[in-house]
Amino acid sequence: MIPSETPIERMNVVIVGHVDHGKSTFTGRLLADSGALPDGKLEAVREWCATHSRPFEYAFLLDALKEEQAQGVTIDSARCFFKSEKRHYVIIDAPGHIEFLKNMISGAARAEAAILLISAQEGIKENSRRHGYMLSLLGIKQVAVLINKMDLVDYSQSVFESIKTEYGHFLSTIGVKPSAWVPISARQGDHLIGPSSTMPWYTGLTVLSVMDAFHKEKPLAHLPVRFPVQDVYKFTQNQDDRRIIAGTMVSGVLKAGEDIVVYPSKKRSTIHRIEAFNVTPLPPMVGPDEATGITITTQLFIKPGDVIGKPGDPEPVVGSCFRANVFWLGKHPLVMGKRYKLKTGTAKVPMVVTAIHSVLNSSALTSSTPSEVQRHEVGEIVIETAKPIAIDLVADHPTTSRFVIVDEYDIAGGGLFIANEDHPTIPAFELEVDTHSSVDLGKRQARWGHRAGLVLLTGRQASSHAQELESELFDKGLSTMCLDASSPFSLPAVTSVAHGLLSAGLVVVMGTKPEYVAAITHVLQPFDCFVSEESTATAIAHWVT
Amino acid sequence: MDQLDRLESQSVAVFREAYREFKQLGMLWSIGKDSTVLLWLARKAFFGHVPFPLIHIDTAYKIPAMIEYRNRMALEWGLTLIVGQNQTALATKQTFPDGAIDRIACCKALKTNALNGTLDGTWPRWILSHQEGQLVPDPHPTPFTGVIVGARADEEGSRSKERTFSPRGQHNDWDIADQPPEFWNHYKTDFKPGTHVRIHPLLDWTELNIWEYIQRESIPIIDLYFTPPNGTQRYRSLGCYPCTQAVESTAQTVDEIVTELRTGKFATIAERSGRAQDKEDGGLETLRREGYM
Repeated sequence: MIPSETPIERMNVVIVGHVDHGKSTFTGRLLADSGALPDGKLEAVREWCATHSRPFEYAFLLDALKEEQAQGVTIDSARCFFKSEKRHYVIIDAPGHIEFLKNMISGAARAEAAILLISAQEGIKENSRRHGYMLSLLGIKQVAVLINKMDLVDYSQSVFESIKTEYGHFLSTIGVKPSAWVPISARQGDHLIGPSSTMPWYTGLTVLSVMDAFHKEKPLAHLPVRFPVQDVYKFTQNQDDRRIIAGTMVSGVLKAGEDIVVYPSKKRSTIHRIEAFNVTPLPPMVGPDEATGITITTQLFIKPGDVIGKPGDPEPVVGSCFRANVFWLGKHPLVMGKRYKLKTGTAKVPMVVTAIHSVLNSSALTSSTPSEVQRHEVGEIVIETAKPIAIDLVADHPTTSRFVIVDEYDIAGGGLFIANEDHPTIPAFELEVDTHSSVDLGKRQARWGHRAGLVLLTGRQASSHAQELESELFDKGLSTMCLDASSPFSLPAVTSVAHGLLSAGLVVVMGTKPEYVAAITHVLQPFDCFVSEESTATAIAHWVT
Repeated sequence: MDQLDRLESQSVAVFREAYREFKQLGMLWSIGKDSTVLLWLARKAFFGHVPFPLIHIDTAYKIPAMIEYRNRMALEWGLTLIVGQNQTALATKQTFPDGAIDRIACCKALKTNALNGTLDGTWPRWILSHQEGQLVPDPHPTPFTGVIVGARADEEGSRSKERTFSPRGQHNDWDIADQPPEFWNHYKTDFKPGTHVRIHPLLDWTELNIWEYIQRESIPIIDLYFTPPNGTQRYRSLGCYPCTQAVESTAQTVDEIVTELRTGKFATIAERSGRAQDKEDGGLETLRREGYM
């Protein structure tokens, strides 16, 4: 090991694969053989195994939790540190049990490269495929495949080749091209760091050399400026009067004095200074991955969740309806119509799913079109947010196209935006409450002097137009009420209220969007319905009498 | 960007996320090198300010120089400092140094229980008065919902499995087998009322990274880490004096400590090897499940 004078680069590598295919044993052996363990650690584990009458396992170096050692299974990802001559590594040992898939994702989501283990003895299993698919979904492009436990198949080349052919075919269907295939025995240490005499037919690199051949992802300086606003600070202590817009640069480069544009509002300003603590002089520019803060020359209302860009750069997509791939981890399935929270960049907004186009089993890769996305499935869905946000599509930007979905208090899924949807649709929904009256509707009509009727306005400014119309109808002596049905979040509730008012014989005027009309009229179909972009009190009064 | 720049940026982003999401936020300050780096990173994140209180759990067995250093820095940097202590255990002499209980039980009493009582505001606690220059009773012991802690993954096994935003139950317990997922830079920031969260901005830092950063930023660090000119020993990790051993070392400066960790005698010896409570059965995991930092 060569001591370095200045800190060299560091890379996060995740170890994945099916349960019991030897991930923790591999990682433990790699740490032990590369001299990364503190003095006495190996001996302490051997001693622990002796006093607890257990055979020694390299995995015990990583499976540090009592429960993990008792069950012989990794429950949660562990971070381990070691270095080669080339760089420092953080090895993330991810669990292989399906039960702990969310922990595997947490480990893999922060990795730049992955090592996937398959047992030569057991061959390709469910999670071998699922983990491979997860890596591609998480955007990890560098993958090496290790065929482990070669000692248990007599170091057979044909076993190695057959797994390589079959799994290689699977990976190619999901767009993953491994950088290397290495036959190893983690327990015996074959091909981990040094050469091995057990498999003369293998002439490729050792695992450590394969890892050193992974390349460091380049910072996204060449992509358009994306500076998501994490917070805006105005600390007044010690007469500080700066109003600092803080966040971490995702891509591109910003310089002091340059013009900026803020999305989704598209308002413009100019950078006054790039602010920093304990840096003199202040930095003239700031690039990708840097946590920074800027002050601007004009008073502009900027809030967390906004995205700062540069005029002239390709713009982000500003919208409230997107098609996306989502991987679901939640305890409850992902369903349409339920209110969730979307977190993307630094934006956090309420959202609903308005369509589920297809669902993929993440292991078998079979597809179907059910009405919900179950745990461990991947869905292609349409998301509608409560207000417009600025994002990028995955084809344009690897980072700002990512999001997670929060169900109640938990992150329950993650995904990627794949397209902008112009015309949101709304799924069918049911009445939340029904009326409970024995009075005949005809008697009500006789009392009010008009029929019950639903007026749906769908034009521009439908909500305010509906208000005016209802007010005029009321002044004409009709019994009326006005509701707003322009948000997908309140649609089922508002429609239920409308149902109650219509049952009472009233004329109900609602502003809504054209794409919601079908769903609303479906639920309220016993009543007469008048749909138009706009209308007049005279026309409506004539219609109900 | 080099490795330290990346670590700094990632930690700063975590600080800002914590500050954005938690109205009742505090930061544990143990006076040691990690939490002093943490304090420096807070000033990086908030452009010279520290917009939340620091919390120190004083076991009464801390090395006296630590308390003196704590008060001096807090006054000099204008920090809000809250101090908690298990006065009942100390008054009734239910501690390890008193010979009443073992090390693990002592850690639980003087640190874990004191921390939990201080965080939820149910125990009396003290606040440093900048006018008087001394501790006074905290008139409004409001509970904290978010607590920033300087734990590092390379310290020991259970810390290697921590989340950046790690929820704690109503009794401050840590459910290791059911931790929330963290996707990319999205953390769990939504919590049921009554629970609180530990925030760990330093998880990816190693002991060497900490010292390299102290060196680069010239961060003032307590003298106990350095071997005095005529001495032969220094502390590598700070704790209570009955349970923390000094190490043999000639390192008198930050530069010499960095060299010692990179290539010298400590390159292959674990940092907490001088901390006695880790060696007892169950050790830190048992303590940490119940709320130990």
